[in-house]
Amino acid sequence: MLSRRDMMKQGALLVAAGGGALRSCPARAAQPLRGGHVRVASTTGSLSDTLDPARESMATDYMRGAMFYDGLVTLDATLVPQPALAERIESDDFRTWTFHLRPGVQFHDGATLTSADVVYSLRRHLDPLVASQVRFQARAMRSVRADGPLGVVIELDAPNISFPSVLGLNNFAIIRDGTKNFETANGTGPFRCAAFQPGIRSLAVRNPDFWKTDGVWIDSLELISISDDMARHNALLSGDVDIIAEVNPRLVALLRQRGMGVMESPTGTYTDLAIRQDIGPGKNPEFVQAIKHLFNRDQVADSVWLGFCRLGNDQPLPPEDRYYNHDLPQTVFDPDRAKWLLNKNGFLNQELPPLICSPAANASVDIAVLLQNEASRIGMKLDVRRMPADGYWSQSWMHFPLGFGNVNARGSADMTFSLAFASAAPWNESHWRSSRFDELLALSRREADEAKRKAIYYEMQTLIHDGSGLCIPNFITSLDGYHQRIRGLRPHLGGHLMGNNFSRFIWVDENAGARETESAPA
Amino acid sequence: MTMNAALIRALLRLVGASLVSLVFVTVAVFFITAVLPGDVADALLGQAATPDAVSALRHSLNLDKPVLVRFVIWVTGLLHGDFGVSLVSHRPVLAMASERLIHSLLLAGVTALFAVPVALLLGTTAAIFRNTLFDRAVSLLTLCIVSVPEFLVATLAVFIFSVQLHLLPALASISDIHSIGSFLASFSMPVTTLACVIVGQMSRMTRAVMIDALGSSWVEMAVLKGASPAHIILRHVIPNVIAPLFNVIALSLSYLLGGVVIVESVFHYPGIASLMVDSVAARDIPLVQICALIFCAAYLFLTTLADIVALLSSQRRHAA
Repeated sequence: MLSRRDMMKQGALLVAAGGGALRSCPARAAQPLRGGHVRVASTTGSLSDTLDPARESMATDYMRGAMFYDGLVTLDATLVPQPALAERIESDDFRTWTFHLRPGVQFHDGATLTSADVVYSLRRHLDPLVASQVRFQARAMRSVRADGPLGVVIELDAPNISFPSVLGLNNFAIIRDGTKNFETANGTGPFRCAAFQPGIRSLAVRNPDFWKTDGVWIDSLELISISDDMARHNALLSGDVDIIAEVNPRLVALLRQRGMGVMESPTGTYTDLAIRQDIGPGKNPEFVQAIKHLFNRDQVADSVWLGFCRLGNDQPLPPEDRYYNHDLPQTVFDPDRAKWLLNKNGFLNQELPPLICSPAANASVDIAVLLQNEASRIGMKLDVRRMPADGYWSQSWMHFPLGFGNVNARGSADMTFSLAFASAAPWNESHWRSSRFDELLALSRREADEAKRKAIYYEMQTLIHDGSGLCIPNFITSLDGYHQRIRGLRPHLGGHLMGNNFSRFIWVDENAGARETESAPA
Repeated sequence: MTMNAALIRALLRLVGASLVSLVFVTVAVFFITAVLPGDVADALLGQAATPDAVSALRHSLNLDKPVLVRFVIWVTGLLHGDFGVSLVSHRPVLAMASERLIHSLLLAGVTALFAVPVALLLGTTAAIFRNTLFDRAVSLLTLCIVSVPEFLVATLAVFIFSVQLHLLPALASISDIHSIGSFLASFSMPVTTLACVIVGQMSRMTRAVMIDALGSSWVEMAVLKGASPAHIILRHVIPNVIAPLFNVIALSLSYLLGGVVIVESVFHYPGIASLMVDSVAARDIPLVQICALIFCAAYLFLTTLADIVALLSSQRRHAA
């Protein structure tokens, strides 16, 4: 029987249970070394780069924020919440949560962390001018109040056993009480902000007063962004940078051949086709069924992702997730059945709305063309309409009967379900409504028994798989490139570069190149 | 005396026309950006843009006011010398743009310093020795260089000099420049890439202008008088081609400021062109405005300068 108090102990148990699911890099026995300067190139950077945790929305922002700020909890490699600024978390009813802060933690400006900082950091997400990325999640907090200098009590609008995972999102990082100016960062994190120029670079130097005494090896890190694919790979190959995010699958072999490392992280990120169920042909469930059968998932895997992906089954949890439903039958490529279903309902002789895709949604244009090709083989005419990346999320995404989207790995199964599948979810891409699913969601949030909760999650996945208009052909394996001298990178379910937290774990082995040459066979 | 008065009147007319164009461009840019799909609230929130979050942010940024009201607010600020603050970063746009402009001017300046003399020399010699093997070789070479897109030139250069030979850095990060040596190393590839575009274009135009002048009746006259080739070029040809040449140079330089987005992105060089592209994507209208204003002003300044040179040189010829 799990104790209802002390959630962190439960978390620790889950780490032990889920740890084996991840493939780890070839282990090197070497002892980590202190010191070194590391240069990292991410993909997107612009003048919208920010040091405000609430506004972080791009991978580069998350990486930058993770160097300077801490959250109350942090999500580990299997997305289990682990203590960070909160050393203990308690709840009796999963509705009122008490966070006990770690004493003696210092901000970069020397001030000591208190509950006032936490209350300010969490409450500001509700202010529209802050333009928080997690305003919807923050709204579940009915009240946030200080309970003494080191206690924070959060009352939710309804019980949620997964609530600590929400606070593990980078956007909920803790800043100093009253901070309004984000030209520099004043956090509690392992690095201090030495320079920040939006769209150009960020420079981080190690914080000697960091509260955590183990880990954090490097002295400084410079983060830039190179959006041009070829230029980013060239920068790694020439030695101008040590780590690059988002290796192009087509260039993996080239990097490896030239002695660079490429880390493969299985993540819950996917590119999906959403068939809206409130307008257009998606109102007919058999149309949705037919399109799911028209996805040639193996072909998408081979030609779009070059094998760097895992099979999707039209539900949002990746195979590595500890709640993944292994009993759910796999949707298979079956053009004959698709044709029969479409023909039966008269869709083959009908003009259908176009497939909306965009470079903004990773590889959606390629996937749309493959789907169009399969459709034409069974006599179905589907047009592909490619929209510009600029403005896609606000102007096109979720606006059309058949549209592609791209969803990054989320912090927990609960967040995935509540943000993108519940009837009231703001990002319910296919506008799917299931009262049974909503009931199960509420039930799962109160269920402390792990086995029972798993059973509920199994049923929820089945409901999405059978009923929703979401086609998820594959989960994308994220790829990051690094120079031999960089050590300590490990795959993470949360996404690129250890869930953007790599700066806390990597170390520099200056002799790596030389040692490699010595031991290489002639 | 009357000649000078006429000249001054012509100059004033030129400058006045430039100012009118500048006002027209700023008004046009404001209304064009107003009809772009989505605004800064959509862009800031991205995928997190739920209708209530967008409308709340829009309201707090005054974006829910009618476009004419926003225009009046913006123009009032401008008349008081206030270019506004960025809607994204809340920093003054003037400071943001001028920081990037300095980088762009540096890159453009170094490129011009290197490319203009080379182009003029190539164009002039090709014109003098026209229809020889040398002329054909220059012609073919420049045509080839102009036809290759700059991202290919840049990427190939990086691949050869940085990845294969490890001679030059792949990135031209301005923060890494601490000495003349590192300046040369950082700038050599971006400058060469940009020079490829400019030299090709400019040398071909120079050649055409020179050939035109060399075939003119006054050169024929000078040849008949028995003047030496050097005398003919320096005394009769150059003064007559200064105006058209300056036009060619002005157009190339204005390209160097605003048209170098690709080179900036390949070499990770923080210039003003990429700032403008960013600001359009973020729908940060005050920043778009000031970038447009700078590009437009630079273009007008250079072309007006070319016009003035043309005016003065025709003046001189008439006076002579």
